[in-house]
Amino acid sequence: MVTCPGCALLCDDIEVVVENNRIKETRNTCRRGAARMKGCVNRLAPSVAQKPDDIENAIKKAAAILQNAKSPMLFGWSNSTCEAQLEGIQLAKKMSAIMDDTSSFCQGLLIERILQKKFRTCTLDDIRNKADVLVYWGSDAQDSQPRHLSRFSYFPRGELRQRGYEEDRIAIAIDVRESNTAKICKGHFYRIPPKGDREFILALMDALSGKVPAYEPKKMLELAAILKKAEFGAIFVGLGLTYSIKDDFDILIPLADKLPNFNIMPMVGHYNMRGFNEALFKETGFVNRVKFDGKAIHDSRYSIVEALRKSIDALLVVGSDPLSSLPRSVIPHLANIPVICIDPCVTLTSKIAAVTIPCAVSGVETGGSTVRMDGKRVELSKCIESNYLNDKEILARLMEAL
Amino acid sequence: MVTVMELYRLLPGTNCKKCGESTCMAFAVALLSRKKNIPECIPILLENFKKQKEKLELLLLPSAGAEETGMIIHPELCTGCGNCVVACPVDVANDPRGAAVGCAPTNDKVIFKVKDGKVVALNIKECRRFGKNRVLCYACIDPCPAGAIEFV
Ligand code: SF4
Ligand code: SF4
Ligand code: SF4
Ligand code: SF4
Repeated sequence: MVTCPGCALLCDDIEVVVENNRIKETRNTCRRGAARMKGCVNRLAPSVAQKPDDIENAIKKAAAILQNAKSPMLFGWSNSTCEAQLEGIQLAKKMSAIMDDTSSFCQGLLIERILQKKFRTCTLDDIRNKADVLVYWGSDAQDSQPRHLSRFSYFPRGELRQRGYEEDRIAIAIDVRESNTAKICKGHFYRIPPKGDREFILALMDALSGKVPAYEPKKMLELAAILKKAEFGAIFVGLGLTYSIKDDFDILIPLADKLPNFNIMPMVGHYNMRGFNEALFKETGFVNRVKFDGKAIHDSRYSIVEALRKSIDALLVVGSDPLSSLPRSVIPHLANIPVICIDPCVTLTSKIAAVTIPCAVSGVETGGSTVRMDGKRVELSKCIESNYLNDKEILARLMEAL
Repeated sequence: MVTVMELYRLLPGTNCKKCGESTCMAFAVALLSRKKNIPECIPILLENFKKQKEKLELLLLPSAGAEETGMIIHPELCTGCGNCVVACPVDVANDPRGAAVGCAPTNDKVIFKVKDGKVVALNIKECRRFGKNRVLCYACIDPCPAGAIEFV
């Protein structure tokens, strides 16, 4: 049994058939996981100034770029092992660098509050064993974490849920579109207008307090009645909800307080985003957007989007592709500073990078620790041999070279 | 998905009853549900129906890949989510510690497994739609948002 690094469910019941040091077949992974485990479409090669070079030179050149920078930034981290993340944090401290990860424009707000214990939460195993009411809110788990419903939330039988999903569990979807998850939730799909989450939350709180809500009173009262009856509920908070209420995120806290039998679960995409958030939180008290300067300073100026616009003069990217995931408006800034890219695969970002350093594929060519979306630690395995350094080793070499 | 009408239009349309059905339409229904095979319509074997016969064979071809229960899996639609693996009552009964609780199947008695990210069907004769006490089970079709499983 090995672990799939395809998403933050980190399914650890995977079998692989290895032939000639290649993964020939995966068993039990979803399609996304199978693609991930079978490797990159195009493997990254070491390069300096857009010309092929050897890995030693690439590391040397990367160290020189970082050393010459007045305000370097280290970004990525959600596709790296915990070991590499810790090494990265040490590197950031040593260089007084700015550090941010993909949670900055993803689930950072929610994970921070979970680590601050502002929400009740539980493990995915608790959900499988006990949950009777599931709310997928702004989350299309079926597409983003394909085995979520089958492994943990809706379909499996659990200790207190022995009779199967039709009798034992109620699945509810709240979303702006009828996603694949919403299709499964059939009779319990609540469609909301874009950015309508705030209004929905306020109306639901009214309904839970026995007031007649202003918004869709009949549906809200019906939903409130289902939620109140829950013995063990879970709200899966997806990116859709987090984005929609990001300016007033704490509005979720009084709602959670009104639902004492419910737990909040952050729906994380990248396999070790939570790992990075936990590591940085432990070190600094913040989950992302920090600058190390003797102590750690947290500010929205240090988010990747803001930092690219203003302050930084070199960017180290580890296991991420900001060029394809960030808003267009910051892309010209990316092109104006030296970018160092550590990744197993060719990405849009690697194509513009001043230095590229290929690394081993975590969970396939190298092992390491990771943190599942619910905070459980899961080990990745090494399935095949490889000559590539892993990202932790590369970061350690960079540290030495500085 | 082939319809009865498509099949019917290709039959001789004489309602001669040689196939054992009372009308060509009834025979078309029987063809679709795999209770009858094309050669049981004696007239269609004649040379002048050659084209129609070939077309019929072509139409029924995709389901020739179907198991006797009539199950067809469309691998190109399947996302490997495993909902069917966990929801199928046969899998639940035959693998209480694996498929039933959401984990990878622990034995070979289950109907569904996922390989390379796509579902494959084994032990299809165990399916509740098959055999003497068959029931019209939808437990693998309903949980599949991709529409990757169908019965013909
Ligand atoms: S759900 Fe995620 S972790 Fe599980 S097999 Fe699919 S991609 Fe891999
Ligand atoms: S044998 Fe052929 S032509 Fe005659 S009734 Fe049956 S289907 Fe129609
Ligand atoms: S057939 Fe449907 S339910 Fe089964 S694994 Fe494929 S997509 Fe999921
Ligand atoms: S029809 Fe029912 S018994 Fe047959 S494979 Fe599907 S879920 Fe299993």
